[in-house]
Amino acid sequence: MSTLFADRPVWAERPSLPARAAKNTTLAAIAVVIVFPLYIVVLTSLSPASAVNSAGGLVLVPQGISFQAYADLFSGGVVTRAVLVSLGVTAVGTAVSLAATILAAYGLSQTGSLWHRPLLFAVLLTFLFAPGMIPLYLLVSNVGLIDSYWSLILPTAVNAFNLVVMRAFFMNLPGEISDSARVDGASEWTILTRLVLPMSKGVTAVIGLFYAVGYWNAFFNAILYINDNSKWPLQLILRQYVQQGQQLSSNSVIGDAVQGTSSAPNLAIQMAIVVVALVPVTFIYPLVQKHFTKGVIIGAVKG
Amino acid sequence: MTDRADSSGGTTAPPAPRSAAPAATGSGGGSGSDGGRGGRVGRGPRAVRRRGAGAPRPRRRSLRSRLRRDWQLLLMTLPAIALLAVFHYTPTLGNIIAFQDYNPWDGVIGSPWVGFSQFERLFTDARFWSAAGNTLMIAGIQLVFFFPIPIALAILLDSVLSRRMRLVLQSIVYMPHFFSWVLVVTLFQQVLGGAGLFSQILRQNGYAPLDVMTNPDAFLFVVTSQMIWKDAGWGTIIFLAALAAINQNLYESAAVDGAGRWRRMWHITLPGLRPVIILLLILKLGDILNVGFEQFYLQRDAFGANVSEVLDTFIYHQTLVTGNFSAGAVAGLVKGIVGLILIVLANKLAHKMGENGIYRRS
Repeated sequence: MSTLFADRPVWAERPSLPARAAKNTTLAAIAVVIVFPLYIVVLTSLSPASAVNSAGGLVLVPQGISFQAYADLFSGGVVTRAVLVSLGVTAVGTAVSLAATILAAYGLSQTGSLWHRPLLFAVLLTFLFAPGMIPLYLLVSNVGLIDSYWSLILPTAVNAFNLVVMRAFFMNLPGEISDSARVDGASEWTILTRLVLPMSKGVTAVIGLFYAVGYWNAFFNAILYINDNSKWPLQLILRQYVQQGQQLSSNSVIGDAVQGTSSAPNLAIQMAIVVVALVPVTFIYPLVQKHFTKGVIIGAVKG
Repeated sequence: MTDRADSSGGTTAPPAPRSAAPAATGSGGGSGSDGGRGGRVGRGPRAVRRRGAGAPRPRRRSLRSRLRRDWQLLLMTLPAIALLAVFHYTPTLGNIIAFQDYNPWDGVIGSPWVGFSQFERLFTDARFWSAAGNTLMIAGIQLVFFFPIPIALAILLDSVLSRRMRLVLQSIVYMPHFFSWVLVVTLFQQVLGGAGLFSQILRQNGYAPLDVMTNPDAFLFVVTSQMIWKDAGWGTIIFLAALAAINQNLYESAAVDGAGRWRRMWHITLPGLRPVIILLLILKLGDILNVGFEQFYLQRDAFGANVSEVLDTFIYHQTLVTGNFSAGAVAGLVKGIVGLILIVLANKLAHKMGENGIYRRS
């Protein structure tokens, strides 16, 4: 008890026991509501066929462990390819987005430079008006990007909001350091890569995470621009075989993945797809979380 | 460092008159109240450059010399600007097909012009009004039932004493924000759907299964729950930042004056959050037509178009399914224009209430 209240100021009265119990129960309930669906999904995907069958659906209590569902999932080409597509688009897309965003954010953070105002205005104007789904679709198809992986990257490559946040962060860095580098004859490129970026690791990580999560989760762009289902990213597979409840084994596309030889029940395989879509995000974001408030929110709250 | 920059700035031509204007734009760049600092920092390099070239400078430099000075910065800005030009501004211009009877073989040049007849068709289409109604309904429900939850949750999280516990809880409540809508809808189906967990338990105990995920009457409840589950935790982040910025001395003096916990919340915490609350509320108003695409697209078939069609899914189904591009472009244009008006109005309102809004009043 005493350690719990040790760092509280003297004027703050101690919360009563019922109040604390109510608060803790509420918070625990919130945590359970968020974690519970993940728990049953992961558990079902990892359960042996007998456990899934005897549960008559999702597994609530662990009864042994089996990786059969994952083995089945990756034994065929469809899911493996979708995972590779998603990973590739995420990696390339994040690299392109971060590069373009960092460069532009730095370029526009130097107030008073040539055409700085109209260029910044051009970026900010995109907040006000969305071009619309149809003209964008027609553009992408006219440029010949339909069924190209670039259609999943280029239309959403630069997010004006991320750019503005990053620019605000750069503008808050102490300018004297880059001034002195300039006096010593450093180029803008050198200043950006050697001075500004090392000071901006937090915000870069956060913006990079936002872009990466965006690409990993992208569904809308794929629905619009990717007709060829051998190029589908994971989110479309997820929808097709899990959300719409299409049977894996009866479907011709994914059929060869699980046909006949499969010993894991359908539900376990479906839940395994969910876990595959879930895992990267769940593991990467906590690493970046500590920068959220510092890196982004300060800029966002103020702007 | 500061000393050096300042003193040398004093000895040569002062950077004063020209740099004041860019500094003001700088703050317009969404960085709001840090404009003062940002302006000063941004001004530094320019001042150094002017000094660097020696002698007092005429106020206007020639384009050539400015190009020579800034070409690197321009080159850096180029990729992003090019991407925005191609994938934002070009399609914005592409909206002119709203005034055509567009067909892909003739293109924008060859397709016949039909004036406003596409608009007339849209405005007499009952499905459009139904989608608009659904959009407003969903936005309204969100405003009433979703908006206050992150505030309450942030206050609750902020009151957790143990730092470690707080970090763990924050990690958990932020997490769903990073899941795709497909995943969220899937998880909801697995718990609440006809083949989901609750139905499974009901069936095993001899009750009829309950399928919430296809019941049109439950649609608003389901989508609102999904929004809360996915984003309420993430929404706390901005309020937590605002809470951290409240001056602790206020709490102390209020406590000394005899204010209890609830009184302090009412008179200090909530007023401290007021600017953020108002700002977000106003931004929300400007964004009222954008309830999102994926969540509704994914559940349209399950719940039926009557309740789940929103403007974005209407546009999608209008065109990409029926092939009538102009009709979709018209609906998109109308949505865009109304959205633009709403944003401008919301910003005016924000300025009236002394907030910065998305862009600054200049």
